[in-house]
Amino acid sequence: MKAQPTRWLIWKWISKTCWSNSSTLKKIAPGGATPGATSGTVYGKVPKNWSGEIMSSTDVGTARTARGRELNLQQQRVRAAYMFLIPMLVMLAVVAAWPLFRSISFSFTDASANTIFNGQSEWIGFENYLERRVRSNGEVRWRGILADGDWWNAVWNTVRFSLISVSLETFFGLLVALVLNAEFKGRGLVRAAILIPWAIPTVVSARMWGWMLNDQFGIINHLMMSIGLIDQPIAWTASSDTSMIAVLIVDVWKTTPFMALLILAGLQLIPRDMYEAAKIDGVHPVRVFFKITLPLLRPAIMVAVIFRALDALRIFDLIYLLTPQSDATVTMSVLSYREIQQFGDYGEGSAMSTLLFFIITLFVLLYIKLGKVDLSGEKS
Amino acid sequence: MANIELKAVRKSYGNVEVIKGIDLEIKKGEFMVFVGPSGCGKSTLLRLISGLEQITSGDLMFDGELVNNVVPSKRGIAMVFQSYALYPHMTVYDNMAFGMQLAKASKQEQDERVRKAAELLQIDHLLDRLPKQLSGGQRQRVAIGRAIVRDPRVFLFDEPLSNLDAALRVQTRLEIAKLHHDMEDVTMIYVTHDQVEAMTLADRICVLRDGVVEQVGTPAELYDSPNSIFVAGFIGSPKMNFLKGAFADAYGCTTLGIRAEHLEIVGEGEGPWKGEIVHSEDLGSDHFLFVEVGADEPVIVRQPGKMSGALGRTVTLKPNDGHLHRFGSDEKPIR
Repeated sequence: MKAQPTRWLIWKWISKTCWSNSSTLKKIAPGGATPGATSGTVYGKVPKNWSGEIMSSTDVGTARTARGRELNLQQQRVRAAYMFLIPMLVMLAVVAAWPLFRSISFSFTDASANTIFNGQSEWIGFENYLERRVRSNGEVRWRGILADGDWWNAVWNTVRFSLISVSLETFFGLLVALVLNAEFKGRGLVRAAILIPWAIPTVVSARMWGWMLNDQFGIINHLMMSIGLIDQPIAWTASSDTSMIAVLIVDVWKTTPFMALLILAGLQLIPRDMYEAAKIDGVHPVRVFFKITLPLLRPAIMVAVIFRALDALRIFDLIYLLTPQSDATVTMSVLSYREIQQFGDYGEGSAMSTLLFFIITLFVLLYIKLGKVDLSGEKS
Repeated sequence: MANIELKAVRKSYGNVEVIKGIDLEIKKGEFMVFVGPSGCGKSTLLRLISGLEQITSGDLMFDGELVNNVVPSKRGIAMVFQSYALYPHMTVYDNMAFGMQLAKASKQEQDERVRKAAELLQIDHLLDRLPKQLSGGQRQRVAIGRAIVRDPRVFLFDEPLSNLDAALRVQTRLEIAKLHHDMEDVTMIYVTHDQVEAMTLADRICVLRDGVVEQVGTPAELYDSPNSIFVAGFIGSPKMNFLKGAFADAYGCTTLGIRAEHLEIVGEGEGPWKGEIVHSEDLGSDHFLFVEVGADEPVIVRQPGKMSGALGRTVTLKPNDGHLHRFGSDEKPIR
């Protein structure tokens, strides 16, 4: 179908459902109140619709269903709301729901680079996830992701990375936010400056840190050697002992500003007179922080942590760039990418992505449940 | 229980001076109301007394003791905020007890004081609730209760009624008056922009304008002998009528002020001013008639009882000579 007729059809449909075009109304106007009969009794300016037809008196200012039932105001609002939501829902279906569905359905096939596009991949059920094989000698072997040590290593890495990085970022973010919330000269400049690490693309910051952490000519090794902290250079990103630390350092450096910004927004919502009341009560600042600031900041922190946790659990770029091929840092996303891009195993890669999706969902649900996070904003 | 003295107190924010040298004495046990239009510095003055703001220059004394640099919690004050400033995550009980936990009062004493204050304010059944579960009036009581529990020398109120609806405002006003009666040793300072609140609550009123004291006096003094056109216009409702030009010249002044209740409708030829009734407001017990006598604005006349068919009628007005306010070109009264 060409674009023109489609657009026209959509427009026609919208004008029918939303503004009750009188062409539909005329046929079903109740009580034989045809427009012609009505117009004869109308004096002065006769109301007309867009196409110049005289409108019946019942048309003016009311909306109707296709069956001509008059909608009450609430129903009209709901309908209008849907009209505004539809473009977004369609967009979400195209860019989020469909890919997710495809990814999940690939995970039940043996799709590979050769078969994925020509439809020759076969449905293999849960074999990508877990498969029980009995060898000819009677030995039982488990195959699939869930029996794969590499996968569980990646899960452990991801969870470990997420817990540590989000905790550190929350802590430092809170500190930075508290400082930025104080009034001092040049605060606006500092606020902007602090965002710089977050604004730098990960590719750039990962490369930058990669150089700084380099064991041969990195400045960090150089500095630590010259002040006597270490005797010999450390291969931060290459050594399995330190690669996770390196990744954590870079991630905390990069993402703390984001946390600080979210927490700062929460801080600024706390009314000033709350602090003044505490001042008159003579409450010690430390106590004010723990008894007033922190409890009132809790909702903001909880939401910030959800955002960050979602990000951290699916971390890919930083690890892929800073410590490629390291088993000590490989995460679920990296593993899934490797499966698909390097080994061309779309089925198993998709299965990994699907598992990642469910693990993230599980974490977030647990967090919302345990933290009693009020995402709807109804309780406050 | 404190005598508060301000000597040439000034406050500037950067280059902007908001309090421009205030001398004022507030006596022990007195109910003093700071009133004035928004931006006159009344709230700032209260915050200077509370210690939430630093005084730029001048002296602030509590019972003869200089307190300029004493922190708020050591001044023996309690403050009721306009927004109540209750801690939203604490119960009513905790809100009231929070300040005392620092004073290292024993649990039993804390409990006693909270319950006593709650009883006084009739909020003892709400102690377990959170602020968000209370109505505006109840929140205000909790805020007052929190102040009472501190057992202060000076009670500070910062527009405490402005977030309440009209009926509740009158009721709470009554309760604050009662509170003052019950705690007669405690000095109370109350900030409002509502002159009715000022008139009904105050022992003395301090009218502020642009950071300076315009007049200090009892409500009756301010009403009967205002010190300036500003005070005359600010105190009293409806606003005092001001007549200029020929109207004032006849009485030997620049501006002639006369209150609505001091104008009489008389027979033709018996009064100096004549005009048409252009608008009428029926308050039930009273009527306010707006009479166009040819001045800048219609003159408001207060008439008791019912009036019907007044609109459009031409009437003659006679001012009550004993209640004329004559102001010179400096806006000060001619006595």
